[in-house]
Amino acid sequence: MRRLIFSRPKSLRDVEMHYCAGCGHGIVHRLLCEAIDELGIRERTIGVAPVGCAVLAYDYWDFDVTEAAHGRTPAVATGIKRVRPENIVFSYQGDGDLAAIGTAEIIHTANRGENITVIFVNNGVYGMTGGQMAPTTLAGQKTDTTIAGRNLKRDGYPIKILEMLAVLPGVRYAERVSVHSAQETLRAKRAIKKAFKTQVDNIGFSIVEILSMCPIYWGMTAIQAAERIETEVATFYPIGVIKSY
Amino acid sequence: MTPKLLMCGNEACGEGAILAGCTFYAGYPITPQNELTAYMARRLDEVGGVFIQSESELAAINMVFGASVAGARAMTSSSSPGISLKQEGISYLVGCELPAVIVNVQRGGPGLGNIAPSQADYFQAVKGGGHGDYKLIVLAPSSVQEFLDCTYHAFDLADRYRNPVFILSDGLLGQMMEPVQLKTIGHRPKTIDKPWALTGCKGRKPNVIRSLLLGDGVLEEHNKKLQKKFKDIKAREVRAESFHIKDSDIILVAYGSVARTAKASMQKARSEGLKVGLIRPITLWPFPDKLIEDIADKTKKFLVIEMSAGQMVEDVMLAVKGKSEVDFYGRMGGEIPTEEEIMQKIEALI
Repeated sequence: MRRLIFSRPKSLRDVEMHYCAGCGHGIVHRLLCEAIDELGIRERTIGVAPVGCAVLAYDYWDFDVTEAAHGRTPAVATGIKRVRPENIVFSYQGDGDLAAIGTAEIIHTANRGENITVIFVNNGVYGMTGGQMAPTTLAGQKTDTTIAGRNLKRDGYPIKILEMLAVLPGVRYAERVSVHSAQETLRAKRAIKKAFKTQVDNIGFSIVEILSMCPIYWGMTAIQAAERIETEVATFYPIGVIKSY
Repeated sequence: MTPKLLMCGNEACGEGAILAGCTFYAGYPITPQNELTAYMARRLDEVGGVFIQSESELAAINMVFGASVAGARAMTSSSSPGISLKQEGISYLVGCELPAVIVNVQRGGPGLGNIAPSQADYFQAVKGGGHGDYKLIVLAPSSVQEFLDCTYHAFDLADRYRNPVFILSDGLLGQMMEPVQLKTIGHRPKTIDKPWALTGCKGRKPNVIRSLLLGDGVLEEHNKKLQKKFKDIKAREVRAESFHIKDSDIILVAYGSVARTAKASMQKARSEGLKVGLIRPITLWPFPDKLIEDIADKTKKFLVIEMSAGQMVEDVMLAVKGKSEVDFYGRMGGEIPTEEEIMQKIEALI
């Protein structure tokens, strides 16, 4: 007798994605969709897609999704959730969207304790626009706008936004995970599921930061990029639960 | 008949929104519109709606975007500098065909300017303001009662056309108190069928709201659809008030609070035997250009009066098409044209 043990999540459309080889977004999309399916919330989920590499996320997710202006993603999610508290609302944001142009929105949405979930994909670079420095770019990292490497005197420091948010009483669950290995990917899945469960149970604001690979703008192979997360990125941005209930 | 209430324009605007079934408001403090934010905070609590004092104007307009995405009747308000901050969000609302009501209680500019009444944001409201080819329905009330009525109707217009509606008021109208009659309009049902709204995909295919259209020719098609909608609005929604336009040598054109002063000047001129009329556009877009064009060759002169360096005057000139003279009188920086100043200008033109 044959038994189905693995298949595409219902929440994930059967379409070709535009992501580059070795990019983490495809993995994160799948984990997100698996979590939504497993919690049985697909039909009441409303996603808010960002501006950035994941701008076309609504083409890949099979539930209600809206776009949002760059960085305003949590404000849009706030408007939706306050009008429809019975729905499950999440924002999906990159590091430029969340930690640069949308810094005010993420801080105040978290501080109001909005009962939404934020999926924050941190690859330390602006991918969609050609690999410029992001707020999360590591010191010394070469990008299109830091050719000699991020210079802390000229460019400031990489920002640990989750640690900043964790001090706010409105934040109930914050965890940093990664998708650079099978083991870490499983852990990422558990964190994403817990973040959504936090919202389902009306506990409050939840955020998962996911360290993700950008081989193209890191100038590496996919394997080297995954190794870089282990050896460099996760050293600066430690993986683990930052705040929980 | 319900008794009349004495309210300031900002409060009347808020009550108009509540009567229209507005259930969501987000705003940030700025003078001279603060009474409106405070009124919405109190009234939305009373009627079980949502009020959010946002961290910025950017957040406010995008919260309104989200509320509209979810199907609510949603509003935000601000004054000139804050309205500048909202422009990106307004462009997104149009691009995504989302209804919303945005109120500008104008103050003097440019820059931080002052907090006195002004009409210097006409171009911003009427010609675009944000990026891309778009139009807003722009309503310009001239009394506290009309501020309420315009806000009330704005929600219907926004839902009908799935486009933001903009109310262009000013500090004078926002602060001024007048008796307001609520009776003529009743409470509305709060749910309006919006099959496009995001509610969760139970029992239907998922809905997507987006303005990013990358496919070959897709964005041009979307723009054509929007332009057709704007054409329909232009054909149907022009509103204006006019006085003595058939037998006047000079026709004043003024909107909003300054139209009241213009009307007083017109009446004074008439009492002195001068043939003066008045056109008061209520919709600034669509502009009542046909009304003006039709009388352009029978009128010797048009005198446009604004609290600006001259913005609406350009639309009057476009409507007149060179068939008669168009003159202008304006005050800037929060100064208000007086009845006497307008009379002097009329007398100089005759």
